[in-house]
Amino acid sequence: MAEPQLKSYDFRREREATWTELDALVQRANRSGLDALTPDELLRLPVLYRATLSALSVARSITLDQNVLRYLESLGMRAYFCIYGGRASLASGLWRFFAVEYPAAVRNAAWPILLSAAIMVLGAIVGHVLTAANPDWYYSFVSESLANGRGPTSTAEELRAVLYSGADSAVERLNAFASFLFTHNARIGMLCFALGFFFGVPTAILLFTTGLMLGAFTALYAAQDLLPELAAWLTIHGTTELLAVALCGGAGFVVASALIFPTRQSRLARLANRGRQAAKIVIGTVALFFAAALLEGFGRQLITDMTLRYLIGTTMLLYWLLYFLRAGAGRDRD
Amino acid sequence: MTAIDDGIRADRNRREIVTPEGVPLRLRLAERGERLAAVLIDLTIIVTVLVTGAVAAITLIPGNSSGWGVSVALLLSFALRSFYFIFFELRWQGATPGKRALGLRVIDRKGGRLKPEAVFARNLMREVEMFLPISLLFSFGGTGDAVLANLLTLCWIGALLALPFFNKNRLRAGDLIAGTWVVESPKSTLLPDMAAQRAMAGGPIRFTDAQLSVYGIYELQTLEDVLRRTGPNAQETRRSVADRIKAKIDWQPPAAPVTDDRFLEAFYAALRGHLERHALFGRRRRDKHDGV
Repeated sequence: MAEPQLKSYDFRREREATWTELDALVQRANRSGLDALTPDELLRLPVLYRATLSALSVARSITLDQNVLRYLESLGMRAYFCIYGGRASLASGLWRFFAVEYPAAVRNAAWPILLSAAIMVLGAIVGHVLTAANPDWYYSFVSESLANGRGPTSTAEELRAVLYSGADSAVERLNAFASFLFTHNARIGMLCFALGFFFGVPTAILLFTTGLMLGAFTALYAAQDLLPELAAWLTIHGTTELLAVALCGGAGFVVASALIFPTRQSRLARLANRGRQAAKIVIGTVALFFAAALLEGFGRQLITDMTLRYLIGTTMLLYWLLYFLRAGAGRDRD
Repeated sequence: MTAIDDGIRADRNRREIVTPEGVPLRLRLAERGERLAAVLIDLTIIVTVLVTGAVAAITLIPGNSSGWGVSVALLLSFALRSFYFIFFELRWQGATPGKRALGLRVIDRKGGRLKPEAVFARNLMREVEMFLPISLLFSFGGTGDAVLANLLTLCWIGALLALPFFNKNRLRAGDLIAGTWVVESPKSTLLPDMAAQRAMAGGPIRFTDAQLSVYGIYELQTLEDVLRRTGPNAQETRRSVADRIKAKIDWQPPAAPVTDDRFLEAFYAALRGHLERHALFGRRRRDKHDGV
């Protein structure tokens, strides 16, 4: 034919096979996951993807065929989702997360976490001092459901009884108790993080009131000379649980700090960066809450020996500290 | 980058990300309504699974009502509430069942891989953005102080919920701290090349350069749409378009009669060749009003 052939027509004819092959792979991967592809196909996927992207770049300058352009745009996008859309394997990711990423994220947020712990301690001191001076404060700091019938009017015997009750409970009742504690506390932890978005103010309030409550309890038991026994009752699970709360509070402050203190990065970029790091802390800490609930739901109820309670509590604390300070150290930069 | 503006007509939902390979990809931001619908679908699934699961756990698991059944129900509710979105967005590359139903995806705003921590971050925020308001709605009707506290919290949270309406990328708080956004997952099929059909249609119809210089890219792509159109009125439209073009370019019909479809296809191919040739030399003519 005398007529000069269309360049864009030849261009399409030469590459069309690549596109349809990629299209088929992406469709299958979307329907049944990347696991459904054979190893050969998995190797082929990025090759086809790059070829299609380069075809898209060329097409943008040489072809005016709208359908081809739209198709390549959409295919490029879908292949991009497929390749950069997140890790498919949960198990290997989970191992790496707890071995390296989580402790590293905690180490990087050491100061916000210390701040959150400090706020809790401050709350505890204030709560203790106030309640010791005037027992009526107890009612403002401790909610009825947590008080468990305990109050400034309780006798020493009643107070002691609560510390050792539960030893005779059936296992399935403890089970429900532990599940309740876990879900309740983990949710509070997540809330601590999410509330960091309001410049950290609600997070600080939440931490402080938790401290106040603790302080009110210690004051209540101190008044009856039962402080060592209360401490043992709290230590067995509290070292894990309060640490977990401090971690989540710290995560909340990490988010808040990105909002409050501007740096060379734009606020939005910094927020995204910090937010992801903080989210790692919270997700990892769910495991701590789980451990704490087991210790509280079973350990505390079944183990009534004071020394053993102390022993378990401090061992757990040492274990966590060792884990956060040492785990994956030196491997977290990649 | 004028080259990129031509293919798809501009609209306010359009955004561009640059893939790690350095190629800009254009995508469309999801509408707020679509995202709301997706969340509602997901919530419906959560509630359905939760209710049936809890009822099944409490009635089917032997023993009295306060034991294993309760703990299974509690754990199930926690798992669904906190990990439903995380699980699916990790497994399905940024889509939950609701998002998939509406053709939406979560992607990294900068164009990189959607990292697990980004999925964690954006969904942990739901604790405040979604579940807190829901539980507040159900806890109304307390006494004076409680109502006041609830109202205050609701004001705070209202501000948070309104966030997607106050930024042009429709980011909610979770998207902000995760560095993500929600886009449409495009769907498009490769149709036959309209210029290819000319070869089958028989002898060539020739147009002069002057005739081809009447139109620009916009008209070419409109013509492509007209040619691809199917439906009851398609033939009618093509006839009137052919008539208008013939009049405009002052076309002299050859001795052998030419059907409207053949004329349009030939004109499309010739015009595309003409415009593409000019584009290669850096002269892209947007539409017929664009001076050459």
